[in-house]
Amino acid sequence: MTSIAGADRPALRGDGSADGARDTDPSSGSAADTQRAHSRSVELQIRRQDAPDAAPYWQRFRIATRPGDNVVSVLRALRADPITADGERVDPVAFEHNCMEEVCGACAMLIDGSPRPACSALLKDLGAVIRLEPLPKFPVVRDLMVDRARLFAALKRTRAWVRLDGHWDNHERAPRISQRQWAADYLYSRCMSCGICLAACPQFPDAAGRPADDSAGFVGPAALGQVRLLNAHPLGRYDKAERLHAIMADGGLTDCGNAQNCVRVCPKEIPLTTAIGELGRQTTVQAVKDFFGV
Amino acid sequence: MSGRQVIVVGGGLGGLWATLVIAGGGHRVMLFSLFEMMRSHSVCAQGGINAVLDMQGQHDSVEQHILDTLKGGGWLANQPPVKSMCESAPGLIRTFERMGVTFSRTPEGLLDQRLFGGVKKKRTCFAGASTGQQLMHGVDQQVRRLEAEGRVDKHEWWELLSLVKDADGVCRGIVAMDLRSLEVRAFRADAVVLATGGLGQLYTPQTTCSTNSTGAAASRAYQQGARFANAELFQFHPTAMIGEDKTRLMSEAARGEGGRVWVPKDPTDRREPNRIPEAERWHFLEEWYPAYGNTVPRDIASRAIWKICRELGHGVGGGDRVYLDLTHLDRAFVETRLGAILSIYRKFAGTDPLGAPMEIFPAAHYAMGGLWVDFEHDPATGGVKPDSPRNHATSLPGLYACGECDYAYHGANRLGANSLLSASYSGRVAGEAVLSHLAGIERGAEALADAPFAAEVARQQSINDELMANRGGENPYRLHAALGALMTSRVGVVRDNAELDAALAEIAELEQRAAHMDLTESTPWANQTLAYARQVQDMIRLARVMTASARARDECRGAHYKPAFELPLPASKAASSATAGGNADPAWEAYMARWQANNERWLKTTVAEHTPDGPRIDFEPVDLSVLAPDQPRDYR
Repeated sequence: MTSIAGADRPALRGDGSADGARDTDPSSGSAADTQRAHSRSVELQIRRQDAPDAAPYWQRFRIATRPGDNVVSVLRALRADPITADGERVDPVAFEHNCMEEVCGACAMLIDGSPRPACSALLKDLGAVIRLEPLPKFPVVRDLMVDRARLFAALKRTRAWVRLDGHWDNHERAPRISQRQWAADYLYSRCMSCGICLAACPQFPDAAGRPADDSAGFVGPAALGQVRLLNAHPLGRYDKAERLHAIMADGGLTDCGNAQNCVRVCPKEIPLTTAIGELGRQTTVQAVKDFFGV
Repeated sequence: MSGRQVIVVGGGLGGLWATLVIAGGGHRVMLFSLFEMMRSHSVCAQGGINAVLDMQGQHDSVEQHILDTLKGGGWLANQPPVKSMCESAPGLIRTFERMGVTFSRTPEGLLDQRLFGGVKKKRTCFAGASTGQQLMHGVDQQVRRLEAEGRVDKHEWWELLSLVKDADGVCRGIVAMDLRSLEVRAFRADAVVLATGGLGQLYTPQTTCSTNSTGAAASRAYQQGARFANAELFQFHPTAMIGEDKTRLMSEAARGEGGRVWVPKDPTDRREPNRIPEAERWHFLEEWYPAYGNTVPRDIASRAIWKICRELGHGVGGGDRVYLDLTHLDRAFVETRLGAILSIYRKFAGTDPLGAPMEIFPAAHYAMGGLWVDFEHDPATGGVKPDSPRNHATSLPGLYACGECDYAYHGANRLGANSLLSASYSGRVAGEAVLSHLAGIERGAEALADAPFAAEVARQQSINDELMANRGGENPYRLHAALGALMTSRVGVVRDNAELDAALAEIAELEQRAAHMDLTESTPWANQTLAYARQVQDMIRLARVMTASARARDECRGAHYKPAFELPLPASKAASSATAGGNADPAWEAYMARWQANNERWLKTTVAEHTPDGPRIDFEPVDLSVLAPDQPRDYR
């Protein structure tokens, strides 16, 4: 996965010619493009894949950058003129993004081997050569786009919701929650379903060869964080036993190998291993309750 | 219940609320979204959601919320829907709370509330500074539960291309494209709800909006006959980060919690901001608007910053930027209540807002205008009639709209933290209206002839085929950049008829060019350029509606500011009880007479209708049955 197919391609052309190829169209009229042409350039090495079952391959692109650029902004710029470092015009690179401020979770990918949101990966913090690959563990749709349906399937498996009677107002005042508990809970509700913790988790199974709605593999840290959150909620607590039973089944909590990768890579600094620890205690208590039938 | 089929397009706050209500009413919902629901732009809302709970001992009232919203919106909103929305707000908060939303708490464990713009009371519930994301978690989880029960069928990675109408012109389904296989397919339904969000991408890249907030879906509905209202009323948020790829939002909550906006008194001062003593800082909002200070409504704050930078040449370093300063506030307090925006600023600007002031400038943010929607006035309450099938119905029978893609609640300027409220409330009301609409349907869409569906699929497929085959030489990405530059420079914070005429000519030219695009790829799988090219075409058409509407309104109202038609306020401040005829000050008497004459002429909803020759602009009266518009907007 780390070998660069593009590495054995012909040497780069000079930066000047690559920049010249980028934007000679005066119709764009963008001062940004002009400025882009005058600053440093980087090389993107992108692992591409035309379709889910196609073989991956690598392409290199040289692109001029602007101050403040991030991986999403250069991928966006590249779409307008996708010419490889070898001067070949190719299809634009498919990738996902939306908010560009690290809250929608769409743009997660592997950047120089690390899973992270591409929008907050600033070029000034990266090298002159940047390696981009799709987020591992998830099936590739095309290029850097993956299908994260498994992440949401895990939220179903763990019943990560409160059971409301309905959407209407029942005029019941909000329950009191201490500031201390709020602060602990709020950490988990910052999850943006990006899948980065799953990509980094050694126990979260690779999608290859598994059914799309994978129902037995490890549910992964993201869903466990939500179980922790909902089990603490004054109403969510009522279905605590159901959620705990879900994570006491195959592919549940005990599949965690305690590698602690999840907590290291989470861009929102969610204390996922703390959640897993708390759930460990909760499942132990639940097992005792189950044994005595209470 | 028989259980009919409904289509909801859009998985943000409005669409998910509508889905909850309709599926909860026993009907099957097909929920369409461009991506997984939690990617929707609603997650970007930061500061909070307004609801009168009066938790801070300030004698807040629902009446005051209604007044603030109507006046803040330049009196342009129809009043019964605003009344009902404000009355429903506390119940919505309680419902979100039951869903598990992590609202911030007071030391007593109660819901905390903070100050926002254009108001004097702490009325804004919040969950740190990521309130939109938190509310989305709540409804997304509820919809997932319905999905697990087989009551909601999600179609993620599908894009609405058009509506399907039967022989009577009733909307009976949609044609959508699978963004992976590019399959174009018709889906039948007994009602369609659009909850497709805003259109900030018309101003790319100088916008706080996500890249999918293109307005393309609303544009498509408009082109098929749905009327579009108040298109010219578009909000520029005063405090967006400076950025070339995107101008990221720094919540109004920053000022609500005590943040101050300033520039160096000496415009040539090049010292680091922390080295400039207090006496040498110009807090221009506090000086110009002593009553509201830094929390004036957004249109006013944006114009003030514009004036500082563009007219007075007083921006920081002579540029388009002013300081938004939190450094005088308690660090732990700010970290707890604004952590999410601090993190965004740190990550993207590389400096800590607790160590040095942030640099900000206005950017395109929110569409007050949108698809025209109806409501049924309830004489018994003065609000809207609950469960009326007319509520949130567009001008196309069978088609409903809610959330930012409608025009209903914000008049000429939206107050901060009223958008999460209107998105949630309108989604719920639209859902309830659909339930009533369905009760009146005799023949379900499944029994309809196939012809109109097949014809619409063929029409949409041919548009795709043509785009894929076209080698016209125009690049969709560059066309979009040109549109954004044009709208930002000519249809922005300050407007002028000559500029708007020039903009209309340029938009016409862009529309011509957009007919000759070269996608540069013809891949039949997950071809993102094809979907994008179609969005660009529809954004250009929507830009024309917006610009033509702006050209038609010759006055200043809320976010729509044409200096040539400005009625300057008298130098003295009006007495707080100032009403028509209630002023002794002759300057105010004269002003009030001119203000009311202007209202006679312009206090009207702009309504655009699609014709082959371009938008036909008309006006309709505003329902003013709740509060007579007798207070001009004076926030000094």
